[in-house]
Amino acid sequence: MIVKEQVRTEMSADGAPRETFVINIGPQHPATHGVLRVKMTMDGEYVVRAEPVCGYIHRMQEKMGENRTYAQFLPNTSRIDYLSAMTYTHAFVGAVERAAKLQVPPRAEYIRVITSELNRISSHLVWWGAFLLDLGGFTPLLYAFDDREKILDLLEGITGSRLTYSYYRIGGLCNDVDDTFIKGTRAFVAQMRPRLKMYRGLVTDNIILRKRLIDIGPISKEMCRKYGATGPVIRGSGIPYDVRRVEPYSVYPEFDFIIPTFQEGDSMSRYLVRMEEMAQSLRIIEQALDKLPAGPVMAEKVPRVLKLPAGDYCYAVEAARGRFAVRIVSDNKEIPYRVKLRTPSLSNLSLFEEASAGMLLPDALALMGSLDLVIPDIDR
Amino acid sequence: MSTNGLQPKIDSAQPASPPAAPAVPPKAALTTGQQSTVTSHQTPVTSDQSSVTSQQPTAPNPPSPVPSPQSPIPNPLAHLSLPFHGVDYAAKGYHVEATVAPDQVVLAAELLDKEGLSLDTITGVDWMAEGQMEVVYDYFHPAKALRVVVRTRIPRDKAEIATIQKVFPGANWHERETHDFFGIRFLGHPNLTPFLLPEDADYHPLRKDFAQ
Repeated sequence: MIVKEQVRTEMSADGAPRETFVINIGPQHPATHGVLRVKMTMDGEYVVRAEPVCGYIHRMQEKMGENRTYAQFLPNTSRIDYLSAMTYTHAFVGAVERAAKLQVPPRAEYIRVITSELNRISSHLVWWGAFLLDLGGFTPLLYAFDDREKILDLLEGITGSRLTYSYYRIGGLCNDVDDTFIKGTRAFVAQMRPRLKMYRGLVTDNIILRKRLIDIGPISKEMCRKYGATGPVIRGSGIPYDVRRVEPYSVYPEFDFIIPTFQEGDSMSRYLVRMEEMAQSLRIIEQALDKLPAGPVMAEKVPRVLKLPAGDYCYAVEAARGRFAVRIVSDNKEIPYRVKLRTPSLSNLSLFEEASAGMLLPDALALMGSLDLVIPDIDR
Repeated sequence: MSTNGLQPKIDSAQPASPPAAPAVPPKAALTTGQQSTVTSHQTPVTSDQSSVTSQQPTAPNPPSPVPSPQSPIPNPLAHLSLPFHGVDYAAKGYHVEATVAPDQVVLAAELLDKEGLSLDTITGVDWMAEGQMEVVYDYFHPAKALRVVVRTRIPRDKAEIATIQKVFPGANWHERETHDFFGIRFLGHPNLTPFLLPEDADYHPLRKDFAQ
């Protein structure tokens, strides 16, 4: 997969030959988790410059937003970051609801939170398994997919889909949850806590993993800010930025949860942020189930043909990978004038070139894995 | 894959936790803000806001103050030299907005950089009927609820604007993407090559006159 592309010899200042060469990682490489290409200029085993080349799975989602109605674009939102479909749909329906001034029933908001947090856990589990696979550990993937399967079964029961849910509707939800889902979710929460504890002993405290991650790929607070990195990347660098807390949306202010933050900024910090976040998501789900109000799940009088008042409207959510924001520009027609999708993976990857300079190639791949990239999320 | 035997070695390498650290660290550790300097990877440091509430699991987090429609909309950036003005967050989804001249976008980026904001994204909107191209810069604050939108309009047939890549390196990719989609040229950009479109692309699909 890694193809030596060209060899270039330069003389360094002291007259010794200094050879760099370019290797391609991807666009088809297991470590890139999709069709991402990274053009790496190497000096021996050390990365001189790593330039991500994006766009291999570009689908022009934003153009699609401009030639269909709001309701017709809704399924697209599940297909941007396919591992975090619920939160992405949440941002889109949230932007439309904000513009149309629709009041979403409380029950619908609680179910949105429950399903979004389940989705976050399933997304983190995929990252966890795949990341450890990158680092050479195969077994955790099987554990992760075992747990994730239970979430997918739960969500399939209420949405009919296992990945691209399109469960939220403009003004509420497509259908209410049933007792099977509620009982099953409670059982899952009870079951997942000991599993997370087990993962700590099985993987997190493993000396080999720690040697691979501690002090590898440090990302400073300032670098996060300059590149607009969000999600576990910025929280792993010690900034407690979480849209659920900083710009609260939906019914998140109702719940008690902490924003896990680690100061070191290395790959281990980002790892630990996500592991701790899964436990926090379980707490949110539990509280939301306890408080789940009765009532309808769809706002009354959502017009069949939706025309938003002219202007622009934003809505941001905390997706599994960070801040996802939708900007809708409306000119009071049935179809949006412009739909902008601000995705977290793009900003998180954009710092890779600066952060990976001077690293060993295997360490650079550990850094890339710790960013939790989903390539369709970058390319849209 | 049991690691119990390896635990002491971990502790010697890193000044770390007791061997039987629980998956969720104890609450007392979570609530101490002073733990932030510990380099152990064992203690998540939380924001002050969450620390206060995490001692009482049933207490809801205090919601951030939302200005009521009657009260004047606050503008935390009023002291800056550009025309920033407050916006109703509940209606729009951002707090502060400014429409500036095209040659002021770099100044706006520098001012917001000094205020500690982070670049969210850059995009365009094609106003074909008016012959204008709008460039929209989104910023967010990493520590507080402050979303800022900076807009400018440039002529559609001469869509050129200075890059803010020197202020925010993260603008590099956003500007390349905006160039892809709208054909807006960012002057001074080091590498304005197609980013998401094919490498030989000479079309700009989000221009309203684009047709296959």
